[in-house]
Amino acid sequence: MDIDKRQFLKIVGVSSALWIGSRLAGGLSSVFGIKDRFDKRALADAGYEVSKMLPDPKELKARQWAMAIDIRQFKTPDDYTRCIGVCDKIHNIPDIPTKQDIKWIWEEPYNAAFPEQHNQYMEAALENKSVLLLCNQCEFPPCVRVCPTGATFKRPDGIVMMDYHRCIGCRYCMAACPYGSRSFNFRDPRPYIKKIDPDYPTRTRGVVEKCDFCAERLDQGLMPACVDASKGAMIFGDLRDQNSAIRKVLSTNFSIRRKPELGTQPNVFYIL
Amino acid sequence: MIEKALYGSKKYWIWVLFLVALLGVCFHFYLLQLKDGLTITGMSRNVSWGLYIAQFTYLVGVAASAVMLVIPYYLHHYKAFARMMILGEFMAIAAVTMCMLFIFVDLGQPMRVMNVLLYPQLHSVMFWDMTVLSGYLILNILIGWNTLEAERKNAPPPSWIKPLIYLSVVWAISIHTVTAFLYAGLPGRPYWLSAIMAARFLAGAFCSGPALLLLLVFFVQRFVQYRVGDEAIKALSKIVAYAMSVNVFFLLLEIFTAFYSRIPDDMNAFRYLFVGLDGHTTLVPAMWVSVGLSIVSLAILVPPQLRDNRRLLTMALIALVIATWIDKGFSLIAAGFVPNPFDRVTVYLPTFPEIMIALGVYTIGLLILTILWKVAISVKEKTTA
Repeated sequence: MDIDKRQFLKIVGVSSALWIGSRLAGGLSSVFGIKDRFDKRALADAGYEVSKMLPDPKELKARQWAMAIDIRQFKTPDDYTRCIGVCDKIHNIPDIPTKQDIKWIWEEPYNAAFPEQHNQYMEAALENKSVLLLCNQCEFPPCVRVCPTGATFKRPDGIVMMDYHRCIGCRYCMAACPYGSRSFNFRDPRPYIKKIDPDYPTRTRGVVEKCDFCAERLDQGLMPACVDASKGAMIFGDLRDQNSAIRKVLSTNFSIRRKPELGTQPNVFYIL
Repeated sequence: MIEKALYGSKKYWIWVLFLVALLGVCFHFYLLQLKDGLTITGMSRNVSWGLYIAQFTYLVGVAASAVMLVIPYYLHHYKAFARMMILGEFMAIAAVTMCMLFIFVDLGQPMRVMNVLLYPQLHSVMFWDMTVLSGYLILNILIGWNTLEAERKNAPPPSWIKPLIYLSVVWAISIHTVTAFLYAGLPGRPYWLSAIMAARFLAGAFCSGPALLLLLVFFVQRFVQYRVGDEAIKALSKIVAYAMSVNVFFLLLEIFTAFYSRIPDDMNAFRYLFVGLDGHTTLVPAMWVSVGLSIVSLAILVPPQLRDNRRLLTMALIALVIATWIDKGFSLIAAGFVPNPFDRVTVYLPTFPEIMIALGVYTIGLLILTILWKVAISVKEKTTA
């Protein structure tokens, strides 16, 4: 078939216009709820177990999830390792003993967690104390703002999530996070996982990951694993519900947050 | 017109084959990175960007610097640049291509790069950076190729090219501004969180880019009959002198704000670079080399008697390119992550495979530059002969 330049350009033009048009139409129809409707009957007819696709009736809901960590209640090393250990185990977090390690929840000395609060003459007990750190699930997360693909995003309940299948591994979110809460899979993590838990996905090389307040457990009506393991030292709840446990504990105790001056509005509070 | 690249001297072909062979060696290291991941680099959880992103930043400047020829030539009708224009525009094409490749080799999941277009996030500076870089590449290809083609046919360039040229002036400024915004808008990185970042980037670009262009021109003139003209060289080296002075001035502004205010967050990165922080002094020697070379380059570039001496000028330009490269092509990124959010220092140094991959990208850039300049100079030699 012979085509000249003009015909070629015409074909390219028309087909790209069609492609853009179909994408636009797809976007509009999903806005108006035409596409993507969850048709239970059709799915059931096709032999799917629809009950498994519906949200669990026990699912926990909130307008803004938040956590308070009462560091006064962390006394023995076991108090820390219990919380860290259970998270590492159920989330298949690899143990890579290099500068390219992966951390979701970990310990830092008080001075490292709150560098701007440190002073030379402070109470020794506090100065030497370890603090548990995790993603702050910021209300205004810089990581979400900078992500070029929407692979990290904020859910309506305030949780900052990761889509490991969309992440391109540009690590802009790691540069943007002022809390050092994000880790990058510089290598395949699987050989470094002690025992793979089949209930939670392992990650692939080349994507960023972080704590997500155990979104998968909230969906099943369970508290985040570290909160359960902390024996009451970590309090979790809805910050917008004035009767929630977290609001009660925050209104009756002195609490601080990491780097509040940056305006990210962290949702992890520390009770001193 | 591209066929001009297929006819060349023996030296030309040896050079092209050398580049292809070098690329083959470097590509082997990229395959290694594809297999094992970015673990083969010196980057870490705390310093999560390194040599690749730094080269990207430096080369955006080189690309943007073409505007230092475009403004005098097209806006002020400064005809002395007539024989230099196309070389600058083609260098910009090679530089933007390298920028894109440096982003690409930095990705953890390179096969997903199209996600940036499939799920465009208008609030992400990186999306805009990709947009302006692609636009700038297209603009330079259109402008460069069409003006050269017109010249070959001994006809005036098509009239639709004029608006594109004016657009390219604004566009060149935008690529480096948006690149600065990648860093200058991040809340937890005090070394980058500076309103003067974009201005400093542009000043650095407008000295290092033309300096590199002049050095490349001096090199190529040893092998071809084509001459860009003494007046063009003098004018461009004057531009380099001004831009370098502004570049150093902007750096001093940053240092004043940090050290007169005595705010530790603002001082820490500078301390890390110039005297060391918490006993970490790895980058200190390189930084003082950069300072020394900056002084040398200015000392030669500012007095006209010295600047107009070709041998001294060449030395000054080499000093300048190395000095600005250390500042912007390395330490800017490495020090932005120091200290980390826990007030600790993590030292970053690139690994050998990482350096080889970066060298590979530079090789591709050189190959593109060689081919484009070969075409341009062949056409020019014919039309002016």
